[in-house]
Amino acid sequence: MDEILTGKVIVVNGPIVQAVGLTGIKMFDIAEVGPHRLIGEVIRLNGAIAIIQVYEDNTGLKPGDEVMSYTRPLSVLLGPGLIANIYDGIQRPLVGISEVCGSYIRKGIKLSPLDENRKWEFQPLVQPGTDVREGTILGEIRESPLVMHRLLVPPGIYGRLTGIVHGGDYTIKDDIYTVETGAGKYTGKLAAYWPVRKPRPSRNRKKPLVPLITGQRIIDTFFPIARGGTAAIPGGFGTGKTMTQHALAKWCNADIIVYIGCGERGNEMTDVLTDFPKLIDERNGRPLIERTVMIANTSNMPVPAREVSIYTGVTIAEYYRDMGYSVAVMADSTSRWAEALRELSSRLGDMPAEEGFPPYLATRLAEFYERAGLVETLSGRDGDITIVGAVSPPGGDFSEPVTQHTSRFVRCFWALDKMLADARHYPSISWIDSYTEYLTEIEDWWKNLDQEWLTVRNDVMNILLEDHRLEQVVKLVGSDALPPAEQYTLFCAEMIKNAFLQQNSFDPEDKFCSPEKQLKLLKGLLILYKKGLELVQAGLAVKDIAALEVVAGIVRLKSEIPNQEFNRIDEYINKMEQELIALKPSSGGR
Amino acid sequence: MSAEIEYTNLAGISGPLIFVDGVRGVGYGDIVEIRGTSDEIRIGQTLEVDEQRAVVQVFEGTSGLSVRGTRVTFVGRALEIPVDRNMLGRVFDGLGRPIDGAPQVITDRMMNVNGLPINPWSREYPRDFIQTGISAIDGMNTLIRGQKLPIFSGSGLPHNRIAAQIARQAKILTAEEEFTVIFAAMGVKFDVARFFIDSLEESGVLTHSAIFLSLADAPSIERLVTPKTALTLAEYLAFEEGMHVLVILTDMTNYCEALRELSSSRGEIPSRKGYPGYLYSDLASIYERAGRLKGGRGSITQMPILTMPSDDISHPVPDLTGYITEGQIVLERELFNKGIYPPIAGLPSLSRLMKDGIGAGRTRKDHGQVAAQLFASYAKVKRIRSLAAIVGEEELSGLDKIYLKFGTAFEEVFLRQDYLENRSIEQTLEIGWKMLSLLPRDELYRIAREDIQRYYLPQKEAM
Ligand SMILES: Nc1ncnc2c1ncn2[C@@H]1O[C@H](COP(=O)(O)OP(=O)(O)OP(=O)(O)O)[C@@H](O)[C@H]1O
Ligand SMILES: [Mg+2]
Repeated sequence: MDEILTGKVIVVNGPIVQAVGLTGIKMFDIAEVGPHRLIGEVIRLNGAIAIIQVYEDNTGLKPGDEVMSYTRPLSVLLGPGLIANIYDGIQRPLVGISEVCGSYIRKGIKLSPLDENRKWEFQPLVQPGTDVREGTILGEIRESPLVMHRLLVPPGIYGRLTGIVHGGDYTIKDDIYTVETGAGKYTGKLAAYWPVRKPRPSRNRKKPLVPLITGQRIIDTFFPIARGGTAAIPGGFGTGKTMTQHALAKWCNADIIVYIGCGERGNEMTDVLTDFPKLIDERNGRPLIERTVMIANTSNMPVPAREVSIYTGVTIAEYYRDMGYSVAVMADSTSRWAEALRELSSRLGDMPAEEGFPPYLATRLAEFYERAGLVETLSGRDGDITIVGAVSPPGGDFSEPVTQHTSRFVRCFWALDKMLADARHYPSISWIDSYTEYLTEIEDWWKNLDQEWLTVRNDVMNILLEDHRLEQVVKLVGSDALPPAEQYTLFCAEMIKNAFLQQNSFDPEDKFCSPEKQLKLLKGLLILYKKGLELVQAGLAVKDIAALEVVAGIVRLKSEIPNQEFNRIDEYINKMEQELIALKPSSGGR
Repeated sequence: MSAEIEYTNLAGISGPLIFVDGVRGVGYGDIVEIRGTSDEIRIGQTLEVDEQRAVVQVFEGTSGLSVRGTRVTFVGRALEIPVDRNMLGRVFDGLGRPIDGAPQVITDRMMNVNGLPINPWSREYPRDFIQTGISAIDGMNTLIRGQKLPIFSGSGLPHNRIAAQIARQAKILTAEEEFTVIFAAMGVKFDVARFFIDSLEESGVLTHSAIFLSLADAPSIERLVTPKTALTLAEYLAFEEGMHVLVILTDMTNYCEALRELSSSRGEIPSRKGYPGYLYSDLASIYERAGRLKGGRGSITQMPILTMPSDDISHPVPDLTGYITEGQIVLERELFNKGIYPPIAGLPSLSRLMKDGIGAGRTRKDHGQVAAQLFASYAKVKRIRSLAAIVGEEELSGLDKIYLKFGTAFEEVFLRQDYLENRSIEQTLEIGWKMLSLLPRDELYRIAREDIQRYYLPQKEAM
């Protein structure tokens, strides 16, 4: 049995509390503080003084109030029932809380993160008497129509399976199996705790080779991310971080989504909560909520719990990864997490490094993104976690510490551009400042679709880069001063921006664009560029090409041609080519 | 609760803070009553407590207090104010005490001014369009019932007039429901407050409005509670009485400065421009007190006003506000200097809740695309204008010149309107189409073909 310690509060400084008398308490143990037994965690030990970070509103707490601890680390409860659920930063169920105390979150509420009375239909997959080891799949539960939940032998457990229940309905409180280990008998249930700050082990890391398809053209085509990769979305307020993360959470082809609202708006979580049960995933005809777990520690909820929220989220992601799934984690916003870190460290009197952030900011960020990856799990299956973190730089200035450090630890950088957002060019991901390091890894996947993918992609990218260079000149002399071929490049770049890069999340057809459709559009635009350029070089005026209705109409293909009918784009482009050829000046030159 | 004990003598005074030694049984965040030699009662709140000492912020400021002879009572709970329907039509100070000469509000309903965080699961996503009668807002930056939409302004710009016009004209197209205004002034001059009171009176809403004043001559620390007091009443009226409450908070920059003052007198490590690192969370605890609740009838719509020091939108106050609110209405000096009212900037303004509150069945089907097209085309105008400034207007291409014409018309006809002019959403969209019809059809690539077919005007009529 756990030991129970009691002590008393001596100092209250915001959510940081000092207590004495808790002899034997360990770092990261949970402490219950004061008459409301507020949940806290020991974050520092100073001789006889335990420094506790309290995860709930602690106004009214007094020196002399009691503190107690079962000397257990702050943990996440992992088991069936996580899917479609929404939790606060320390995994308290928000639905349950609302049932207990209405629309507002009161302090001191203790509820199990998982429904303890719900019966799950469990199907065992191994016989008693088998030798099992960590990661062995013992059985399955249909957690949601989209998710088959696999019950695994927990890390560190090896031995003979001495008993397992028959197929049937069980709750998470029921004993399900026993393993005779070298160190004695281990009894397992459908759910188990795992310390929130400790990464779950896997066998080994692998190189990710498959892109995460997001349906967002600028991402999939120009700055793709691999399944198991990391990406940051930095951008000033209102530039589209949340919208991009919502779009990814909706349409990317991961098996499980963990959406972490970390210090952001309440209404944005409500948006997810109202939208996801209604939105249907075209791949399987099921509502998106059936593959989604939500963590909501909004900006007005206690700051310390915001700091934990991303660990809670990523631990849940690892749990599903270990079952062999592909998991995508959205963390909005990692800057709010970093600020929570800063606030707490300043209350602790730490010496600050840059801009008041603690010196360990970079290490913490690195540790977080390190939990992404494609791995061979303990079960032998592959599983992966992709992490996409929003970054909210003060004043939109990317030279600040959180953006800078994050860019060192992620391999995809989707930089949002205020100018694009102001012009309502969405997604306002800059094609100049963004980058990805996954191109070579995922190239083969695309080449399976089309051998020329990389060439086409690079050719179009070069038009955009050339456009960027020419824009600097145009700013000084106007576009009419440029030679016709360069004017034509500007024209085509504009077409690429409007017909390809720009993508409206609210357009029923355009919100998701399949890889096939992306490729067709891209190739069509490249044909426009190449064929048109020949004509312009032969003396045709740019405005004559621009005047063709079939050319102007390219911008509408994205919203007028459905994903399944992507071949119609070829027909359209053929027609365009014919009309272009018909424009050809009879004899070269004017 | 333990019996109230009175302590005499302070261990020290620093800025708005007092230090009291030898206290027992005092909670973090507790309310404190302070009596100086004059016997007038001031209110404070504990910020930090340990076994020997309590650190207390005094909302009325510490001026006139001395270390000796000051008596301090720890009340043993957080700051509460009475809340009641009868508070409508009344004027209060920042701590919710009447200052209009009329008697105390009689009620036994008391509420903690700090409020509690709304459970995100219990929120109802706001979707009801509020028609403000201002084209720049209704057409392009729609206000939604339950939204928090600030006005980013600069000194001398007409933010107060715009807010007053909104308070006067705001209406929901679909329903007649109880509508009230709560106005909280922090550190502004009396004439600003006077202006609001007068314009609420003219439009006949003063009798169902409540006013909280912590004016420029009040101690700066009092500004820190004023928005909380106002929002506490708003929460009561919205979520218990089912009213639709518009809360105007002005000027949030003064609020933030008071917070900076408090932080520096506590010796905290400052973050950008001397503001504390927790400014974001502190502002969020105010701005997030807006919205709607599942199953509830009422709503809180917040319209905080702030002045951007030197018109700098990247200053921490507008910056952190923009990171919390659901968009922003930005006022632009250039338009103001051209004599355009309301000088609502075309590009940086944004309403994030617009997308779900407009369209077929709410406003009109083409609304979203018209707005997107106006934004995109106006962005192009801005680019062409800066080019024209260099190469001269004559050097521009024919299309560019058309855009310049569109730009001028957009500012003079669409944006510009009278302080008393109340445009319906249909009128706004009609003017929007007039503007867009100045451009060639092919330029309207953000709009569906059938809507162009339907609304695009032949060239002559567009002029
Ligand atoms: N892909 C998109 N399609 C259509 N509209 C978009 C898109 N991306 C962003 N927007 C518009 O921009 C607004 C702001 O986007 P979003 O809320 O994602 O910004 P953000 O970067 O998360 O800002 P903050 O840091 O303040 O949270 C949205 O409300 C929407 O109107
Ligand atoms: Mg956001």
